[in-house]
Amino acid sequence: MAGSNSNKITPPRWLLAELTYACPLQCPYCANPIDYAKVQSELSTDDWKRVLSQARKMGAVQLGFSGGEPLTRKDLPELVKHARDLGYYSNLITSGYGLTEEKIIQLKEAGLDHIQVSIQASTQELNDHIAGTTSFENKKAVAKLVKKHGYPMVLCVVIHRENIHQMPEILAMAEELGADYLELANTQYYGWAHANRDLLLPTKEQFEQAEKIAQAFKETVAGKMKIYYVVPDFYEDRPKACMNGWGTTFLTIAPDGVALPCHSARELPGLDCPNVNDFSIEQIWNESKTFNFFRGLEWMKEPCKSCDEKEKDFGGCRCQAYLLTGDMYNTDPVCSKSPNHGVIDQAINDAKASALSGSEKPLVFRNSQNSKKLSGA
Amino acid sequence: MAINSEQPIKFSPLHRLQWEEAQEKYIILYPEGMVELNQSSAEILKCCDGSKNLGQIVAELEEKFAATGLTNDITAFLEVALQNGWIQQ
Repeated sequence: MAGSNSNKITPPRWLLAELTYACPLQCPYCANPIDYAKVQSELSTDDWKRVLSQARKMGAVQLGFSGGEPLTRKDLPELVKHARDLGYYSNLITSGYGLTEEKIIQLKEAGLDHIQVSIQASTQELNDHIAGTTSFENKKAVAKLVKKHGYPMVLCVVIHRENIHQMPEILAMAEELGADYLELANTQYYGWAHANRDLLLPTKEQFEQAEKIAQAFKETVAGKMKIYYVVPDFYEDRPKACMNGWGTTFLTIAPDGVALPCHSARELPGLDCPNVNDFSIEQIWNESKTFNFFRGLEWMKEPCKSCDEKEKDFGGCRCQAYLLTGDMYNTDPVCSKSPNHGVIDQAINDAKASALSGSEKPLVFRNSQNSKKLSGA
Repeated sequence: MAINSEQPIKFSPLHRLQWEEAQEKYIILYPEGMVELNQSSAEILKCCDGSKNLGQIVAELEEKFAATGLTNDITAFLEVALQNGWIQQ
């Protein structure tokens, strides 16, 4: 195994609790695994409470309730209250679907700190198409209610080729809705987004144009709205410092209790990801094979091994290396030093060809039927 | 952004200031982020309860730590805090 090393293990700080894979939306770039429909079991309320307690004791403080759609869990207010009692700073990452004013008040009283609402586009037609569900007007109403009840309002828009031309309108919408934070998340190509990449990846010109508009806007709203711009790593020269380094900061717990160093790590072969039903968070974080696998720098191959930037980006993303080169030990191919960097150029060219061909295959929406079909379940 | 010396200063309701046992430090929590504070920064922010202006905060801290001449340091830090949205006037 890769990670038998003597590096000092830092405690987890961020916990992503994926409460469920159930979701009323069908976004074709969903970060859930393609084969999510195979996962039938969900942790119980008591299991989640134990996980929250154990992770908090180790030092985790930022908590995201995610999914799927976390609102489909009836015990959400109870889990929020437990998290608040433990001293977490908790975030509900939601589509807004089914979020009534009553629920917003109930969650506030339970101690929820903020709500991140996703909107898919600046127009009803495109939003509802991408979400696979009629949801645009509801999302805008929810965003206003979140604000009304004193939460910091975080608006999240995932950017891809279908909506990137709407950047000016998306920014205007965020301002109109009174967003305190706007997350402009360029699609990261894992899971469903990987499957739909030819239809989602914008051209370099589109990226540059959109980024210029977003940067100019950032200055005009300084002090009022904070903008998080998630970079499109396919157009970068160096890979992202994925997860701030493997097993250093982030802990994800999947709906069935599988513990992951990042939400995509389930796709990597041979990691034997541990389950919270079998081990404590402390055992998982400190002792499991999975969390030690890519800890530190000893696992690296060339060109990472002798690279003077390896402590800055940790060789990039293991999942991307695996998805695009077939070997999870390889340098993230986004890096221009990678001998496999050509696969990125190829992906960009394929997407461009697909856009120009005029006979694009349809988007594969994220739902159980497609999940079963794609994973041969 | 400058501090108005007349107006009271309060910690932002959109952020949370919290003691972290695991790190033995105060931290500021906000959506998608956190900032670790050194002891003096934390002491200043704890005074920002919406009832005191700059001069009163300086006086309170100088008394608490039996020190003088803290005005410039405290003002400089509060300006950074205001810029970052940690405090409001």
